[in-house]
Amino acid sequence: MMREIAVIAFAQSDTLRSTAEVSEVEMLMPVLHDVVAQTGLKTADIGFTCSGSCDYLAGRAFSFTLALDGVGAWPPISESHVEMDGAWALYEAWTKLLSGDADTALVYAYGKSSPGSLRDVLTRQLDPYYVAPLWPDSVALAALQAQALIDAGDTDEPELATIGARSRATDNPRAQLKGPVPQGDYLVRPLRTGDCPPIGDGAAAVVLAAGERARELCERPAWIRGIDHRIEAHSLGVRDLTDSPSTRLAAERAGAFERPVDTAELHAPFTSQEVVLRKALRLDDSTRVNPSGGALAANPMMAAGLARIGEAAARIHRGESDRALAHATSGPCLQQNLVAVLEGDPR
Amino acid sequence: MPEVLKAPLVVEFPFTRSLGPVQSAFLTGLRERVVLGVSTRDGRTLVPPVEYDPVTAEEIRDLVHVGITGTVTTWAWNHEPRRGQPLDTPFAWVLVKLDGADTALLHALDAPGPDAVRTGMRVRIRWAEERCGAITDIACFEPYDGDDSAVTVHAGEFEDPVHGIVAQARLDYTYSPGRAQAAYINALAEHRAVGERCPACRKVYVPPRGACPTCGVATSEQVEVGPAGTVTTFCIVNIKAKNLDIEVPYVYAHIALDGADLALHGRIGGIPYDQVRMGLRVEPVWTEGGRFPDHFRPTGEPDAQYETYKELL
Repeated sequence: MMREIAVIAFAQSDTLRSTAEVSEVEMLMPVLHDVVAQTGLKTADIGFTCSGSCDYLAGRAFSFTLALDGVGAWPPISESHVEMDGAWALYEAWTKLLSGDADTALVYAYGKSSPGSLRDVLTRQLDPYYVAPLWPDSVALAALQAQALIDAGDTDEPELATIGARSRATDNPRAQLKGPVPQGDYLVRPLRTGDCPPIGDGAAAVVLAAGERARELCERPAWIRGIDHRIEAHSLGVRDLTDSPSTRLAAERAGAFERPVDTAELHAPFTSQEVVLRKALRLDDSTRVNPSGGALAANPMMAAGLARIGEAAARIHRGESDRALAHATSGPCLQQNLVAVLEGDPR
Repeated sequence: MPEVLKAPLVVEFPFTRSLGPVQSAFLTGLRERVVLGVSTRDGRTLVPPVEYDPVTAEEIRDLVHVGITGTVTTWAWNHEPRRGQPLDTPFAWVLVKLDGADTALLHALDAPGPDAVRTGMRVRIRWAEERCGAITDIACFEPYDGDDSAVTVHAGEFEDPVHGIVAQARLDYTYSPGRAQAAYINALAEHRAVGERCPACRKVYVPPRGACPTCGVATSEQVEVGPAGTVTTFCIVNIKAKNLDIEVPYVYAHIALDGADLALHGRIGGIPYDQVRMGLRVEPVWTEGGRFPDHFRPTGEPDAQYETYKELL
């Protein structure tokens, strides 16, 4: 039988437009201390550490190695890093725990978007032969997807505005955008500023534990019942932008369709992407989508996907959810998608 | 809190990339005003072409000559073009399915305004005047309501094919060093060296980064160290670095400032390179108006005993 593994703690920073007064490790460290303290563990007790971040955000090579100072990496620890959202670092940690190599894992992710121009920086993740030389920015690519959805009759601009408004009507104290936010002017038509995520700096961290260790350390662990991630063909022109078969397949493999979920935390940085994800995940109005506000309320690069898993888990910890779905994405137009299904013990 | 330090940081590189046979044929074709796609075994034509079928992962290299006219499959109006984008006047981003192709190519469409663009509209390639074998050989698309262009099989053979591209990339950042390093940099400008002590293990880190890498806790207690220190180890540099106005050979050393528990890096001057040694006592030298030490020079004191710095190697 597979080992049972749970998210037992979640912490995140405020997401802020600029954090120039602190370095990355200075921004990250309070979050690390918070999440570890929630479990009562000491750093030295953690069996495996895995992080997600991206050097292109800071413009400096190997910037993640400096962030390790905040973990306490001496004496040597078992550690790994993914150059993408921390949700994928969590996936790696999950496999490590499954293998029995560790009983607990610390997963963290952070991103500072403020030093650079995020829309330009993200062009560097595109196909370098045919696409990146044209410098299509992240908003432009999302706008192409939004127009495809409108042409297909899947949504319209008023519905997109409703998604933006609902996401920001959150009481999440860590959110960057809250309350009534004007839909604004077109940034790249058909997307307006209100359809796009705020640009911000932030960090998130979770602790995973296996089996009885999870029950010892957490009153109501959020058991990971399934987790899977899938990718689309890299060329946008090959894909049907109105659909997300990779999300659907990941959800199927994670067991998301076996029973309804009461909560879904979706990593949809653009309003139009929530339309795609709802369809791919077959979510109807019976599921509460993004009570945290999601990426439209706070989108710290490389941490927002991990934060979706953390937010879903935290609702289970608090008894506000029994079965939740968490989704993370990376790349343009929902290129890569990860789905996790989390459950609390029956009450 | 003191003013946040900021400085421009430009990351710029000419990425030199080699091309596979299909990419080479496609980009050489653009140079010759020919658009090539690639056929999959089940009869689809992919444009832009790839070397492996995205569905089956099978290697594919049967080239097909497709049209320079096509149909917009989706679009987005970009009223504020950004640096590096194909046009500097407002334009539409478009995915275009060229005649004869089953997949769409991303590029720009030159149109007078968003009202002149719609999904399904007919467009044609506008070639760049100077072409070199790159995606930018297509200057952009333009509206076109003439006939479809002919589609034929093409061997994809050209004289003098391109085998690589150089993709220029420049990103502009504003670097901020954070609280601990800013305090260090500000103190250096006043000819002082400031470290930070770990509250747990009591080690003094110079330069401070705000965290103790051993204990994983924040450091905050400032400690003045130096100004003199001891060379713990060194190397002799014989290669002149680009944009660096220092005669080779020179010595680059680890220097443990007095009171510090970590050695920092610095250049040693004021002594012939072959006379630098472990244990040499040195002090920082600021040039006029310099915000940081230009180099370290011997103090003239007797060498430090190995026992006093062996833990800092």
